[in-house]
Amino acid sequence: MKKFIHDFEVLYNLRLNNQYFLLKLFNEEPLPPILPAQFVQVKIEDSPQTFLRRPISIHDVNYEKNTISLLIRIAGKGTAKLSEIKAGEKLNLVYPLGNSFTMPLDDSILLVGGGCGVAPLLYTAKYFMQFGFNPTLLLGYRDKNSILRKERFEKYGNVFYTTDDGSYGEKGTVLEHSIFNSEHFPYKNIYACGPTVMLKNLTIKAKELNVPLEVSLENLMACGIGACLCCVQNTTGGHKCVCVDGPVLKANEIIW
Amino acid sequence: MVNFEINFNGLKLKNPILTASGTFGYGYEFEDFVNLNDLGGFIVKGTTRHHREGNPYPRMAETPSGMLNAVGLQNKGVEYFCKNIYPKIKNYKTNVIVNVSGSIVDDYVETAEMINELDNIHAIELNISCPNIKEGGMAFGTSCSSAAQVVKEVRKVYKKHLMVKLSPNVTDIVSIAKSVEAEGADSLSLVNTFLGMAIDIKTRKPKLSTITGGLSGPAIKPIAVRMVWQVSKAVHIPVCGLGGIMNYEDVIEFMLAGASCVQIGTANFINPDITMKIIHDLKVFCNQNNIKDINELIGALNC
Repeated sequence: MKKFIHDFEVLYNLRLNNQYFLLKLFNEEPLPPILPAQFVQVKIEDSPQTFLRRPISIHDVNYEKNTISLLIRIAGKGTAKLSEIKAGEKLNLVYPLGNSFTMPLDDSILLVGGGCGVAPLLYTAKYFMQFGFNPTLLLGYRDKNSILRKERFEKYGNVFYTTDDGSYGEKGTVLEHSIFNSEHFPYKNIYACGPTVMLKNLTIKAKELNVPLEVSLENLMACGIGACLCCVQNTTGGHKCVCVDGPVLKANEIIW
Repeated sequence: MVNFEINFNGLKLKNPILTASGTFGYGYEFEDFVNLNDLGGFIVKGTTRHHREGNPYPRMAETPSGMLNAVGLQNKGVEYFCKNIYPKIKNYKTNVIVNVSGSIVDDYVETAEMINELDNIHAIELNISCPNIKEGGMAFGTSCSSAAQVVKEVRKVYKKHLMVKLSPNVTDIVSIAKSVEAEGADSLSLVNTFLGMAIDIKTRKPKLSTITGGLSGPAIKPIAVRMVWQVSKAVHIPVCGLGGIMNYEDVIEFMLAGASCVQIGTANFINPDITMKIIHDLKVFCNQNNIKDINELIGALNC
């Protein structure tokens, strides 16, 4: 897939809560085809504390309006600086990067997201829905107030929730949701994004259930295009670059 | 019209802009952003005699105006390169240079011998300065005798342009440069990365799996410029300068210090099309400043 480097215009920067913000970005050029779980490399201007671009997963795409949305957690100095960007300013992106979740063969897909790992699952659900699938989402948050873009997610699939404190949905982590305890686990594919510990435990769970699992990783990255070999994940097939061989890898080949 | 061509000790460069090994893959990764034929040349990823998996993750840490890396020469070995990668890059109309690295002298020699057979590889860059492998690498480049020894043996089998990449992690880079020159190197490139370290203060753990790694980026530029200046005054072979170049002004600085050409490295990670912009900006600068020949800049420091 051809990659581009373009200046996008910030249409809005919406603060969702004390940790998350949503950027809607517009480009005059028509958008290239974008696949679920692909990401952009964002250049952060005037940020003397940071140096490299920041890899951010694509949260939503609107081809009619030429817009890309990014749902971003303030994780450090780079994303903190990025959270200050204002409507009308330019943001330079290298995109679209990485592979994608595999198009399922069977209409019984479970998308599992934890924390900021929910970000790519909105576009993933929307994308699959366009192909006639009805994905189910299982999203894990700390508490009720941490839930992100609830109505939006619910537009593209049946959504189950867990919260650590039980203030919404089932209490506990996504791994503890009753979906996994049902005698006949109804899903034929699981796609997940979230903290390493969640993905690791989900790998064990998927193996028990004998269901194929694909995970989207977020290793530290420099170039984003397969040149520097910094973002490698150890797998049964050796070191793989999360930026070009991923971000989506088959869970059963990952050596955690 | 400004003359941009440089005769780099027999290696004809259409302009002084090359890309640094390890920051530019095998060139084709950048095809969506760069017309590779417009470069003076590109230097492919460090290639070793045998397959190397490289170091464990994490291999990278961002630092002020730079980054540390500890990739550890991950590559599939020279045989794989000759068979699978060379056919994909041999038809570019620019200088394709292979960075050759190793753990023992025989590995360097055998790798160089195999690369020597590839018609469209115009030069090798002998990497005696990688800080990220346990044996060999930088160890060769930090003493005059071992640097001389590896260059001497490779010189016997490698018949084309032999560039030697020097380590800055030495007390006297000039004496290393002279030893390498005496054994028949055609040119020098400097500097490789500086050995550095970063610590996560919450976990009290090093940020790299290997504890230490190589520092690159603008943070190292003034030291690299100083070393290029010192070395280029002391040797009779040309010098290719690198270390933190981000824009055309940095290129001119290195050239004034004595570099005949330069390599763009870490900047490729931030702007994958940066080499094209730098070449364009250099042309504009020369036109605006009435510089008729880019060679006028080489070593033209006023002091």
